[in-house]
Amino acid sequence: MNAICGISPEMHLEVTMLFEEYGRLLDADRLEDWTTLFLPDCLYEIISRENVEQNLPLSLMLCDSRDMLDDRVYSLREANVFNIHYDCHIIGPVRVTAQDGMWTATAAYSLFQSIQAGETRLFSVGRYHAELKRVDGVLRIAKMRVLVDTGAILTLLATPI
Amino acid sequence: MTAPAGADALSRYTFPAADCSRIPYGMYRDPDVFELEQERIFRGPIWNYLALEAEIPNPGDYRLIEVGDTPVIVNRARDGSLHALVNRCSHRGAEVQRNLHGNTKVHTCCYHQWSFDLTGKLIGVPFQKGIKGVGGLPADFDKACHNLQRLRVETMNGAIFGTFCEETPPLEEYLGPVFTHQVKRLFHKPVKVLGYQRQRIFGNWKLYTDNLRDPNHGGLLHMFQITFGIARLSGTGGARVDADGKHNLSWAAQGGRTDQDGASDGGYAGTDRGDMNIKLKDPSLLRYYKEFPDNLTLAVTSLFANAALQQIGNTLAVRQLRPRSADEFEIVSTFFGYEDDDEAMTRHRLRKANLAGPAGLVSMEDGEAVELVHRAIVRDMDKHSIVEFGGRGPVTDQENLISDVPMRGFWIYYCKLMGIRAGETA
Ligand SMILES: [Fe+2]
Repeated sequence: MNAICGISPEMHLEVTMLFEEYGRLLDADRLEDWTTLFLPDCLYEIISRENVEQNLPLSLMLCDSRDMLDDRVYSLREANVFNIHYDCHIIGPVRVTAQDGMWTATAAYSLFQSIQAGETRLFSVGRYHAELKRVDGVLRIAKMRVLVDTGAILTLLATPI
Repeated sequence: MTAPAGADALSRYTFPAADCSRIPYGMYRDPDVFELEQERIFRGPIWNYLALEAEIPNPGDYRLIEVGDTPVIVNRARDGSLHALVNRCSHRGAEVQRNLHGNTKVHTCCYHQWSFDLTGKLIGVPFQKGIKGVGGLPADFDKACHNLQRLRVETMNGAIFGTFCEETPPLEEYLGPVFTHQVKRLFHKPVKVLGYQRQRIFGNWKLYTDNLRDPNHGGLLHMFQITFGIARLSGTGGARVDADGKHNLSWAAQGGRTDQDGASDGGYAGTDRGDMNIKLKDPSLLRYYKEFPDNLTLAVTSLFANAALQQIGNTLAVRQLRPRSADEFEIVSTFFGYEDDDEAMTRHRLRKANLAGPAGLVSMEDGEAVELVHRAIVRDMDKHSIVEFGGRGPVTDQENLISDVPMRGFWIYYCKLMGIRAGETA
């Protein structure tokens, strides 16, 4: 038992595995599979620390449903032109708390981007703030807020963090 | 008298056409050209967009910005007046104000505690007279001669502009009637700031001002709207310029001409793009609530040289261009709604912000396009970009979007300020 927040090692492991899968699917460019980790009425938001600290609501990316998330992924596939790159997410240890059937999880991340010629840059660092829910026995994302320290986006932000 | 840094750089490149239908690549890559631009463009006879009054509503409020690559404090003094001060201590050149924004009575440099009031006046120098007559500054040191450097400031409907130059004409004259109208249109009532977006692009800043004045690329590079059947290059739209051609309005409107001559008759022939007739799962993102007296659904106003006012549907923002070197610039966008927006409208604007900015569904491509050009023009500095869509010759309003004429308007004015004689050797 985790004495601090009443989370069993099994629960902690389950959330850790969900975050692992989250990063793995993004890095493998399996965006259509990545969106299935979210609930239909989910919220996915990327917002800068600069705005959060000033209580300003504007995000960099905001999808307030699975449909909207699917649209964004579809747009990336069919419409948008962006820098050709590979993503590598390094997701730190996950901290989990639970209340009323809703689990919240936070973790820091680093996201590296590499170009075709094998050059890598640190693209973004920040923190995930997630709310997770078990539906039909499976843990899914109800809410994922990505709080980016790297608010000055390098080049552009196409693929999700 | 010494020639300004980089003055001889201009002799390295040739503008073969007086109408600037050819732009030598060197203008985008040469660090000496960048040096000269700081003096002749950003500190020249132009109004730079600084900030919104809504960002510094109270006495003592300040924000740090950049004009060209110069760090500047914009603040509101005790009496409510607005001031723009170079954020550089008159003593040893340190950044005086280190917080990005805040409220203060004075700006105090942490290095030696020199302090300046909100008009930039030097008001405090610790140990100016030393201790017991020992040390300190010479007796003839005159504090009045060491204020923070000030920019001249003018505002229009809450938008703050600044200039380093004494010869800059009044703001309204500089904008001209068309662009005065555009500023007043977007800021027709008090605004509420919704937040900021920042984007670092690794290319020359003029590739971005070119991009803003090139409506032709909209329907060819940005395929979100076309893929999802919202707009097309052959739709109703155009560009307006001022008498100098230096400012540009790219616009598109609801209704009017229908598409008779776009994808259907092969306008996109030879490309793999066109009407894919695909629907969004959640089309609410595209809803537009009319809020201006005209029918414009898109109005992007580029003001020479550092600003763009943006209306993309109900997404409103002002973008400030901050050149960092010949090879890098930052775009800082301030998104806003109006003070009297209800919760639903604010929410709508925040959702619609998905269309714009570094992650914008209709705008993300610009960062890539700028970097593609900047990388490839590394050599052959005297080869040229071609700017001939919409024709050569005089820069005039354009009644369609298949045009990059306003881009030539920018360059003609740029050459005038830089002292470049375009077409000299034509
Ligand atoms: Fe564009």
